[in-house]
Amino acid sequence: MDKKLTGRVWVLGEDVDTDVIYPGKYLPILDPEEMAKHALEGLDVEFSNRLKAGDIIVAGMGFGCGSSREQAATCLKMAGVAAVIAGSFARIFFRNAVNQGLPLVQADLSGKLMDGDIVTIDFESNRVEYTGGEVEFPPLAESVKAILDAGGLIPAVREKLGLAT
Amino acid sequence: MFHTISEKILALKSGLKEVYPGELVTAHPDKVMSHDNAGLVIRHFRTIGAEKVFDPKKIIIPLDHRVPAESERTAAAHKSIREFVIEQGIENFYDIKEGICHQVMVENGHVKPGELILGTDSHTTSYGCLAAASSGIGATEMAAVWATGELWLRVPETIRIEINGRFIHGVTSKDLALFLLGQLTARGADYKAVEYYGGVIDNIPVSGRFTLCNMSMEMGAKFGIVPYDNETAKYIKGRVKNDYTVFSADPDAVYSKRYKFDISEMTPQIAKPHRVDNVVPLSEAAGIKIDQVVIGSCTNGRIDDLQIAADILKDKKVNSRVRLLVIPGSRSIYLQAIKQGILEILLNAEAVILNPGCGPCLGAHQGILAPGEKCLATTNRNFKGRMGSTDAEVYLSSPIVAAKAAIIGEIPEKVDPA
Repeated sequence: MDKKLTGRVWVLGEDVDTDVIYPGKYLPILDPEEMAKHALEGLDVEFSNRLKAGDIIVAGMGFGCGSSREQAATCLKMAGVAAVIAGSFARIFFRNAVNQGLPLVQADLSGKLMDGDIVTIDFESNRVEYTGGEVEFPPLAESVKAILDAGGLIPAVREKLGLAT
Repeated sequence: MFHTISEKILALKSGLKEVYPGELVTAHPDKVMSHDNAGLVIRHFRTIGAEKVFDPKKIIIPLDHRVPAESERTAAAHKSIREFVIEQGIENFYDIKEGICHQVMVENGHVKPGELILGTDSHTTSYGCLAAASSGIGATEMAAVWATGELWLRVPETIRIEINGRFIHGVTSKDLALFLLGQLTARGADYKAVEYYGGVIDNIPVSGRFTLCNMSMEMGAKFGIVPYDNETAKYIKGRVKNDYTVFSADPDAVYSKRYKFDISEMTPQIAKPHRVDNVVPLSEAAGIKIDQVVIGSCTNGRIDDLQIAADILKDKKVNSRVRLLVIPGSRSIYLQAIKQGILEILLNAEAVILNPGCGPCLGAHQGILAPGEKCLATTNRNFKGRMGSTDAEVYLSSPIVAAKAAIIGEIPEKVDPA
């Protein structure tokens, strides 16, 4: 995981659920690249076309509530999203993001940012800097960080089982 | 000692004497469940590169989300799962004929009190109806469990909810689940375990406890648990071997929050679009015209749910503007519904009976909504686009309210005896 991320933000609302992040009709898709095309389609069918590598999603409380579908995290990551900052995350989304190597930041930036603003996330000082201010966020647990550093749970497990090349 | 049921189960399954909320543990689940998304789990398992699953006896795979396959893609995934279970010697595989995964798990003795069960489905919390700690996880981490038999879990704080009073006529455990969602909100139990107590809970049969634990997930809960009692014992008798451990919370167990509700005056509840916690008493949603009614799902597709619908629809017709879809939760419920004459009543009323499975609940097939349509469903989610078009609306209710709505074509004001 990068120690510092700087990116353009997309600001979403509260309780962005897994059905709008990745609609159920696309669940049979197994190719991650194809999943990326449907990221946030429930909010706007054109959303994935606007996402660029390195973009950061900023949302309110309850991001990722609903289904256990990990495609909700996969599609964002594959669409280029570098991190998600939200007031809070639903439990399974949090796990899925970490396990797939998508960094999450728990910080409430509601009302402070607009689409296109630039923020910097510093994972060493646990701060998000934005034009006009900065906020501190609770550090991730060491074991969670280790999974992100390995690039996700699969590389971490491969290493543990001595299967990594 | 001052621990909750979840803390005791997680301590045992992690090989620790005690665990505390907030702690990250490496737990060894008793069982793991995956449905159609086992196809995705298999892909990840191959990427990990392990040859054999940790224990084929502990893996249960029922196909239910898109059954029979609605597309070539799904058919290919189902095929890959059928091949995988043979390759790995996974005997507890239930092909498309058997029913909804959670119902199949509970009915077929795969859930015992005191167990830790993980599943690649958010409504895995349902097994709390038999006093198990069970929760949803993702496909990637399930592949890791298949390879290693273990997974990192955070020990949750526990919320204690006590329900006193009694249900008035026409009010069910689904209404209670919706009421609690309205009170605690969709984030009210984020990362938390929920334990249910009180006279009302004591009198709810396993079927209704299932509904309650199932919907606990909608409050964000990691576990939803109804403690073991005579009702639990009665249900599991003959289904599971007598080798389980019963856990109860210590008298001085530490809860992060305590709620107490008297529901004696609670009327039927409705969750309006597009939030599960947008809950109002039935009267406040009355008169909304409905295009489709769905009675079924892991939340409300059991025999008592179908019976209650049949009681209301007996000698009546579904409104000509309404499509009523009824989905028995499992093959055994389907069979029982035939034996009890329920399906005959429903067919005479002009309902459409679908095969056991998830049906249209998640917008996969069998009843997708067109733009502008409204559906009243006994399912668990009403998110935007959940059942098809993002311009459609889903309302959630009990089977009683749903059956009544199917007759009059709109959300009823009350559910007095038909």
